[in-house]
Amino acid sequence: MSTVERRGSSLYVKSLRLYFMNTDINYKRYLKLDLLPTPWCPGCGNGIVLKAVCQAFDELNLPKEGTVIVSGIGCAGRSAGFFDLDSVHTAHGRAIPVAEGIKYANDALTVVVLSGDGDLLGIGGNHLLHAIRRNTNITVVCYANEIYGMTGGQVSPLTPHNAKTVTSPLGNADFPIDVQSYFKNRNSYFARTTAFHLNHLKKSIVEALKFKGFSFVEARTMCIVNYGRRVGYKNSHEMLMHYKEFYKVSDDTEELSQNEIGILRHTAGL
Amino acid sequence: MEKVREMLTGNSSAAWGVRLAEVDYLPSYPITPQTEVIETLSKWVNEGLMDATFVTLDSEHSMITAAGAASATGVRTFTATSSQGLLFGFEMLYTVAGWRVPLVMLNVSRGLSSPITLEPDHNDVLAARDSGFLQIHCETCQEALDSILMAYRLAEDERVLLPVLVNIDGFHLSFTREPVEIPDVETVRRFLPPYRPKHAFFKASQPMSQGVAVLGGAVYSYFKYQMHLAALNSLDVYKTVAQEFYEIFGRSYPVIEGYMAEDADYLLIMTNSFSTTGKAAIKRARDKGIKAGMLRLRLIRPFPELDIQNAVKQAKAVAVFDQNISIGKGGILYSEIAGALYHEKARPLLLSFIGGLGGKPVSASEFEFIIESMIHAAETGKVPGRQLLYTEDEWSEINRLKGMAGKQ
Repeated sequence: MSTVERRGSSLYVKSLRLYFMNTDINYKRYLKLDLLPTPWCPGCGNGIVLKAVCQAFDELNLPKEGTVIVSGIGCAGRSAGFFDLDSVHTAHGRAIPVAEGIKYANDALTVVVLSGDGDLLGIGGNHLLHAIRRNTNITVVCYANEIYGMTGGQVSPLTPHNAKTVTSPLGNADFPIDVQSYFKNRNSYFARTTAFHLNHLKKSIVEALKFKGFSFVEARTMCIVNYGRRVGYKNSHEMLMHYKEFYKVSDDTEELSQNEIGILRHTAGL
Repeated sequence: MEKVREMLTGNSSAAWGVRLAEVDYLPSYPITPQTEVIETLSKWVNEGLMDATFVTLDSEHSMITAAGAASATGVRTFTATSSQGLLFGFEMLYTVAGWRVPLVMLNVSRGLSSPITLEPDHNDVLAARDSGFLQIHCETCQEALDSILMAYRLAEDERVLLPVLVNIDGFHLSFTREPVEIPDVETVRRFLPPYRPKHAFFKASQPMSQGVAVLGGAVYSYFKYQMHLAALNSLDVYKTVAQEFYEIFGRSYPVIEGYMAEDADYLLIMTNSFSTTGKAAIKRARDKGIKAGMLRLRLIRPFPELDIQNAVKQAKAVAVFDQNISIGKGGILYSEIAGALYHEKARPLLLSFIGGLGGKPVSASEFEFIIESMIHAAETGKVPGRQLLYTEDEWSEINRLKGMAGKQ
């Protein structure tokens, strides 16, 4: 803090102290810092989720040699490469079976899947259903940006009804998947959270990592460039503020309404 | 008739072909570098410019399945994919071809994982060469539009009834703008009338089983060989269709395009968009007095063996440029062409070059090297082994990267 003290302003010192108190930079040890910044667009929420994942690792003090990241294809799929951990960037939709293979081969590893909603719920949707059925002890963090972002903004399995995208210029005719319904009557962990609710986001991931069995975190994150601007948002901040205003934290452990975030733990299988 | 010419990308040119073919059903799934095709089509469907049903599916596997099934109900169907997507739907390529439905599919070539890449080579589309899909490979944006129209004529012909894959190169053609002549709908209808299937197709009140199991090889062999014979038929059908296309639109698309090939001693064989840079190299060689020429293969399936035998007859040496690699064997087209020439008494020397993998640019000096190699082989009678085209700069760049990774 010597440089800070030399500046002489007590307010400045105080604010910096607060900054260091609240922001533990230890999480950075899980990243390849020389690869930053990420290639994600300005205003993208993926970086927030990526940071929360690292912070969750740090909070649990996961060993670097015992943690594996698996990603599929898409914007979120680029996540795996940024970790200073063993990682796999696999084919579109196949992140979960790759993770399951690793976990079943070596149960001592913590295996985490980071991918998008198009990858996990669309082209790889079948794998998700059966990973839940097998209750494989892995954690999936879904960057739920409601769009196929990397290819330019096409309808994804979470795109809301009537939303305008480049493959639905007059509005999406279909309705999005309600992911939590997959987890009902299963011994499973499901959390919905957003890129605005930072503490909730981190907590959801920490609890998911601690859960013995299949855990899934649906992290709502904003894509302004290939989605938000086409449905009327001026900037990424507006999308974040939408999360702030729309989503309420729920204590219900059975079901979440459309506008609720929270953690569901089903124990039907036990 | 007033001719409309617009600056179109390869992707939007292909989309125009689909629009003019008045396709009824468009199952789709995004993948780079194909996505612009389905975006363009969905826009037209939403704006009411196309009377078609556009559906986004959950993967290429279900997309190709839906496309094949829709085609079996007797509606004109189109779908498009690329690289990993084509491979993900691979199971259904054989199945749909076995259904004997006239589906037309666009593949926008891109190198296959892993390592993951985006730029073109032809391992993706050539992987499908045994599936029963016929294959038309394009060099220009105009050709993309025209080939889609010709593909429907070919696929829907009673003597053929096989699906067709039209191939364009990702990035190099898909995102390159060229002036494209867009014909009017009426003229296109003269060339490609609405699809009225006479072959078995699903219809209310007439139950039919499609894709049934046949155990014991005799029935299976019969059906597979029928497909083969239909593919062979399609070579003649293609020539009729191309002739008719020429008469109506004034553009000629032979099975093999010859470029300065008539009197050439040294022939380079290529496919797709890289042929354009190859042609420039041939022209430079001609300026220097070397009698070089090029054959560009447009039809890969059916494989035009007779046409190739005739086209290379007078050449001293032929170099096959393969923008693909069959791991453990070498260039795919080289093997096929060598096979076609085996029984020829006076066959030229045949050289094999592999280049442009993952879209690696092929420089003028690399083409010069190919031509020099042909001349040298013709003079000495010695044919060099298969060679990978790779420049010194590229080699030093790879060594730099290996150094970064600590693998030197």
